[in-house]
Amino acid sequence: MSAPQYRRVAAFALAAGLGLSLAACSTKSDDDGTSADGKVTITVDCMPVGTEKELLANWNADVAAFEKANPDITIKSVSVGTQCNNPPDFTARLAGGTTTDVFYGYMTDLQQVLDSGQAMDITPYLTTDNIATWDDVDPALKGVFTDGGKVYGVPVKNYSMGLVYNKVLFSKAGLDPANPPKTWADVRTAAKKIAGADKNAAGYAEYSAGNTGGWHFTAEIYSQGGQVLSADGKKADFNNAQGKQVLQNLKDMRYGDNSMGSRQLLQWGDLLTNAAAGKVGMFVGAPDTTQAIVSQFKGKYDDWAVAPLPGQDGPAKATLGGGEGYFFKKGLTDAQVKAGLKWIAYQKLTVGKGQFDYPRAKPQNYPVGVPQPLLFTKDSATAKAEFELRKANANVDPSIYSLFEANQLPIKGEPANAQAIYAVLDSAMSGVLTNPNANIDQLLKTAEDKVNQLLTAGS
Amino acid sequence: MATMTAPGKTEQPARQVPAPRSGARRSRKIRDNLTGHAFLIGAVLCFAVFTWYPMIRGIVMSFQRTRRGVTTWVGWDNYTRILADPSFWPAWRNTAYFTLLALVIGYAVPFFVAILLNELRHAKGYLRILVYIPVMLPPASALFLFKFYAYDPSDAGLFNAILRALHLPTSQWMQSAEATMPAMVIASTWMNMGSAVLIYLASLQNIPGELYEAAELDGAGLWRRIWNVTIPQTRLILGLLAMMQIVATMQVFIEPLILANGAGTEDSATTVAYLIYQHGFFQNDLNGAAALGVIMLVALAAFSAVYLRLTTKND
Repeated sequence: MSAPQYRRVAAFALAAGLGLSLAACSTKSDDDGTSADGKVTITVDCMPVGTEKELLANWNADVAAFEKANPDITIKSVSVGTQCNNPPDFTARLAGGTTTDVFYGYMTDLQQVLDSGQAMDITPYLTTDNIATWDDVDPALKGVFTDGGKVYGVPVKNYSMGLVYNKVLFSKAGLDPANPPKTWADVRTAAKKIAGADKNAAGYAEYSAGNTGGWHFTAEIYSQGGQVLSADGKKADFNNAQGKQVLQNLKDMRYGDNSMGSRQLLQWGDLLTNAAAGKVGMFVGAPDTTQAIVSQFKGKYDDWAVAPLPGQDGPAKATLGGGEGYFFKKGLTDAQVKAGLKWIAYQKLTVGKGQFDYPRAKPQNYPVGVPQPLLFTKDSATAKAEFELRKANANVDPSIYSLFEANQLPIKGEPANAQAIYAVLDSAMSGVLTNPNANIDQLLKTAEDKVNQLLTAGS
Repeated sequence: MATMTAPGKTEQPARQVPAPRSGARRSRKIRDNLTGHAFLIGAVLCFAVFTWYPMIRGIVMSFQRTRRGVTTWVGWDNYTRILADPSFWPAWRNTAYFTLLALVIGYAVPFFVAILLNELRHAKGYLRILVYIPVMLPPASALFLFKFYAYDPSDAGLFNAILRALHLPTSQWMQSAEATMPAMVIASTWMNMGSAVLIYLASLQNIPGELYEAAELDGAGLWRRIWNVTIPQTRLILGLLAMMQIVATMQVFIEPLILANGAGTEDSATTVAYLIYQHGFFQNDLNGAAALGVIMLVALAAFSAVYLRLTTKND
């Protein structure tokens, strides 16, 4: 072949190849998830990542057992990272329409999912035929995924915040691990002692980036009896005495006592990595944080305990509650929705299976005995069965959570538009944690203006 | 003096080219250029799909709003809302400050490093590789190195250890509103200067040696040689890279994202590109993000047009 001919062939091959690949990209899928032999296929996300070996093995075992019991259903699992809903990734998947058929989201995500037009109304399918334990699921949790009388998601996990503390560091600082701080003043005293006893440890650690700072500000203002938004949800309501107290407590510990360490602008993984390394005395967190410390960040379970969230002058007025669920992508067939619900029922809402397979988890490096999630209505048959199975298989000392369980606080949900508000409040949190001269009034005023502007825009 | 010719005119009368009279001539012309066109298709499609379409889509989205999966036209609403965002002007201020610092540090340093390398007689290749190595590192890895080792606010941090050894005050680096931008520029310069150094080196090597010899005979010292020979001889490259650098640094994003975990302390790291990201991906406001993107596009296009006009005039 002569050179000009060769160039011409190469050019056409290139153009044809590119054209074909673009055509392939733009081909609209007409796959309704049902194969010729009547098998239904659904894609599901939040499969554990490869580094979470035991969790991944459990997931795969669940899929195999489920498919064996339901030979007409095929589950295609997708992993979306250790944090199943990293807000930017989640937004990108929603905007690009690339979520899985059944996709994980936070309880705070309903509005965003609805705005994206990706959610399916699954109300008619939510029966005990599809989820045997559905009637026992806490109605308050169902309500979180409900809008205008229509249900768009199934709750699969919930939590409420407490004070997570390191018993080893407590002992080292001469503090009694059985008597954790009950007020923010106690937290300050304990943090000072811990930081004094171990120069490499932060007595108390706090988030201030990646939306997690705003999330914790919300929990802490709830502990003060405050709120983030007004009752009608139309205005910011944190630029007040309670909001100031939250920031003042942190500023006092960070700069008054130097008991929070020098590394700030922490996000979820940063703080838990430090905690797992034994460098954090206390932080605000849910009981399941201890699971993350052990299973994801290789910490030691015996080092930790959870107490109720402290209040300013006594017990906290309230604590923050949140959780997770699964949404269904718009356009799924009847068979796919039913298959998805069956899978969620099996893996998330059946005692003895999936996340409640305590006998399986007991010998693994995974704590059993954590008092959350509490998905089922108290005193319902499912709740009782779950409690009994958990108790029978507990592989952690129940005293770790005894204070937390014995002092249940009123639970307040997250505000509407939570992630956007948290992003704004990160700035106020980072202000008091990185600037010794931070003006708390100014920080709150700026955050208030931003949140109000954001609420106006969203209305 | 060289004879100047007005653009679009020739000294000889243009040869009369008869207009194509038939379809045969046109198809012959197309056939002749078929290979060229076929090669071009790839590039054009890539630009169309990955650059022009998203740009047009972004402009369209900036006048729309999507709620409950329903998209409506909202005129200039997104723009007025973005302009009212309390972070809007701080983001532009931060971006301008970053760009200014990048010009002072990130633009001058590679030029002088290139001059230095050009003057060296030994180990030239070795040093060029050393300078270029950071470019080969993935930006995220390089920035994490800075974040965890160089900018650690404790005394264990590399830069703080150096400052302490020199009996200078240490810094909180990314946790200090004042140090955030300079720290980001230092990291960015270290990561990116390799490419600029290579371009400057290529340009420096095109300068005829006689010019330097003549300058030396006239008694010019190093600085005079740089000022009167090197800079005038490389001004086209300097001008081009200045524009490219300004346009690139105005879009600074990965530095605040990684070094400052986003907005940094009290929004001190929020740049325009990061604000776009925040609106789009954290605030469920892709339309507002699109509006801000269009504002940025217009600002950069206007800057480029003015810059090109000024530099073309001078040349």
